[in-house]
Amino acid sequence: MSTRRESWPWLLLLPAALVMLVAFALPVGMLLARAFTQPEPGLQNFLLLWERPVYLQILGNTVMIAAVATPVTLLLAYPVAHAMAHGNPRTRRLLTFLVLVPFWTSLLVRSFATVILLQRRGPLNTLLMNIGLIDAPLPLIYNLTGVLLGAVQTLLPFVIFPLYNSMRRIDPTLMPAALTMGASPARAFLRVYLPLSLPGLMTGATLVFISMLGYFVIPALLGGPRETMVGQLIQDQIGQLGSWGVAGALSFVLLAITAALLGLLHRLVGLKAVAR
Amino acid sequence: MISPELGPILELRGIRKHYGRHAAVDDVSLKLRHGEFLTFLGPSGSGKTTTLMMVAGLQQPDSGQIILAGKPVDRLPPYKRDIGMVFQHYALFPHMTVRRNVAFPLEMRGTPRAEAERMVTAALAMVGLPDHGDRLPRQLSGGQQQRVALARAMVYRPALLLMDEPLGALDKALREGLQLEIKRLHREQRMSVLYVTHDQSEALTMSDRIAVFDGGRIQQIGTPSDLYERPATRFVAGFVGETNFVPAELLGREGEARRALVAGVPMPVSARFLAAPGTPAVLAIRPERLRLSAPADDDGGGVPAELVDLIYLGNARRFVLRLPGGQEWSAVMQAEAAEAVMLRPGDAVRLSWNEVHATAFPA
Repeated sequence: MSTRRESWPWLLLLPAALVMLVAFALPVGMLLARAFTQPEPGLQNFLLLWERPVYLQILGNTVMIAAVATPVTLLLAYPVAHAMAHGNPRTRRLLTFLVLVPFWTSLLVRSFATVILLQRRGPLNTLLMNIGLIDAPLPLIYNLTGVLLGAVQTLLPFVIFPLYNSMRRIDPTLMPAALTMGASPARAFLRVYLPLSLPGLMTGATLVFISMLGYFVIPALLGGPRETMVGQLIQDQIGQLGSWGVAGALSFVLLAITAALLGLLHRLVGLKAVAR
Repeated sequence: MISPELGPILELRGIRKHYGRHAAVDDVSLKLRHGEFLTFLGPSGSGKTTTLMMVAGLQQPDSGQIILAGKPVDRLPPYKRDIGMVFQHYALFPHMTVRRNVAFPLEMRGTPRAEAERMVTAALAMVGLPDHGDRLPRQLSGGQQQRVALARAMVYRPALLLMDEPLGALDKALREGLQLEIKRLHREQRMSVLYVTHDQSEALTMSDRIAVFDGGRIQQIGTPSDLYERPATRFVAGFVGETNFVPAELLGREGEARRALVAGVPMPVSARFLAAPGTPAVLAIRPERLRLSAPADDDGGGVPAELVDLIYLGNARRFVLRLPGGQEWSAVMQAEAAEAVMLRPGDAVRLSWNEVHATAFPA
C-alpha cells in the first residue's frame, strides 16, 4: 500500500518525460545515428570531417567564439547581478525589468535590428563620425565584433539570473567585515566575495558556453564567412544539401565537445557547485 | 583596566551625519579611555550604530573629527584603521573553516605563518573553542559562531574593539552567558571596547560608562550608577531602568529645601533640580525607592493611593498602585520586606520617598 502512495508523485513526471523522449531524445538519437548509417553504414562521414579542413576549421571557430563570448558576458553581467542582489528593492525591480525586456522581442527581430544599428552607414557609425571620434566607419558587422555584440546581448540574462541567485545569498556584512580586518576592497573581493559567487558564475558560464556552441541565427546575420559556426554548417548540410549523414556527424562532434568541456568543468570546480 | 595616564584611545569631536534633511547623528563628542568599556545605548534610529560605523570607517561623517590612538582617522578607509569589529549576525566567512576565519586578519597584515598559527590557536582557546578550528561556521551554534567572531576581531589586538549589538541574535540564556564572557575577555585582554546595544540591562551589566543616545544626540554619558541614580533628562530616566512619572508642581525657590505638590500633597524633591520652581514639572521615582505604608500608621505624610494588584516575581513583589489622579505606579520590594507590609489588593496605602530619589524634570 505504502509503496503505491509513495510512487504517485513520480507518475506526475511522466508527461514531461514522454515529451522529452518523443521530441528530444528520439530525434536527436536518430540524427546522431544517421552519422553512422547514411548514405551507407560506416565512418565515412567522420572521415570526411577529418579530410576537409573547412569542417575542422569551423568547429575550431565555434569553440573559439564561444570561448571569447563567455568571459565577455560574465564580465558585463557581474556588476549588474551585484546591483540586483545588493541594491534596494527599487533598483532590483528596475534591473530585472530591463534584463527581461529583450525577451519580449524575437531573436530574429533583435538580430535584424542589430544589423541596422551596426552597419557601415548605420546610426552608430554616423554618430561616432559626427562627433569626430572616428574618420571612417568602423567595421562593426559581418565579423567577430558583430557576432560578439549580438551574442553577448542575448546571453546576458542567462548569466545575470544565476549570478544574482547566488549573490543574494551572500551576507552583505561580509565585505565590510573583511575591510575592518585590514583587507583592501580588492583583496576582500578576491578572498571573500568572488569565491562565494563562484557557483553562480560557473552556472552562467556553462549556460553561455553551451548555448553559444549551438548558435546559428546570430553568426548567420551578424558574422562574416570567417565566423561561420557549426550550427550554420549543420543547417546547410540538411537544408541545402540534404546530407543528413554529415549533419549527424557534425552534431555528434559538437555533442562530444560539449560533454568533454562539461566534464572538464566538473573536474575543476565540481558539478555540485554548478548545480547548487 | 582603565588607564587614565595614557589619554583617550578614541576621541570624537562634533561628529555630524545627515541623511537628506534628517540628522542621524547630531554633534556627538566623547572620549574613550584606554582599556575602557563604553556602551552606546539607545532606541533604534537614535544614531548609536551610525556613530559606530563612522568610527569603523564604514560610513563618513559630514563634519567633525575622529581621533584614534592620537591620530586623526577621518580620511582613512576602514582597512587602514587599527580596529576590530564584531557584527550582530557574526559575519563569518562561510567558505572558510573557523581557523581560516580567525587567521584572515593576520594574513591581511602579513603576519608570518608560524606566528599566525600560534596566535589563532591562542585566540580559539581564549574563547573556549580550542577544538573547533576545522569546522565550517554553519556547523556551529549561534553562540559558538559569535565566539569565533570575537576571536577573529581580537586575534590581532586592534587598538579598539567595536561591537554592534553582538548578542542581539541570541536567546536570553545564551546572551547572559556571553555578556559575562565578553566582560572577562575585556578584563583579561585589557581591550578598549565600544559596544552598541538597545538593551539597557545589558548596558548596565557590562559597561564602565554608558552614552545614552536619542535623536542623534548623546543625552547623557556616565557610569551605570550615574545614569540610573542621577538621570540628566527625562528620556534617560525612562530609558535606563524603570521609572514612575507623575505631574507635579514645584514649590519654593532655588537653594531652599524643595517640595512639590503631588496629587495635592506636598512631597520632598531632590535638590538636583532640573525644572524651574513654579513651572509644571514631571517627577521621576524608581519603583524600588517607593515606600508603602498603611494609612493607619499615619505619620501625616505621603501620597494616598490604592493597591490595585500585587504581582509575584519570585525574589520580589511588584505593587501596582493607583494615584488619585488616575496614574498607575509600580513599586517593587524584596520578598521579605513585601511580606512584612501585609497589604492586599483593594487596600488604601500611602506612598512616600526619600527626597534624593525624586528627580523633577520640566514637563
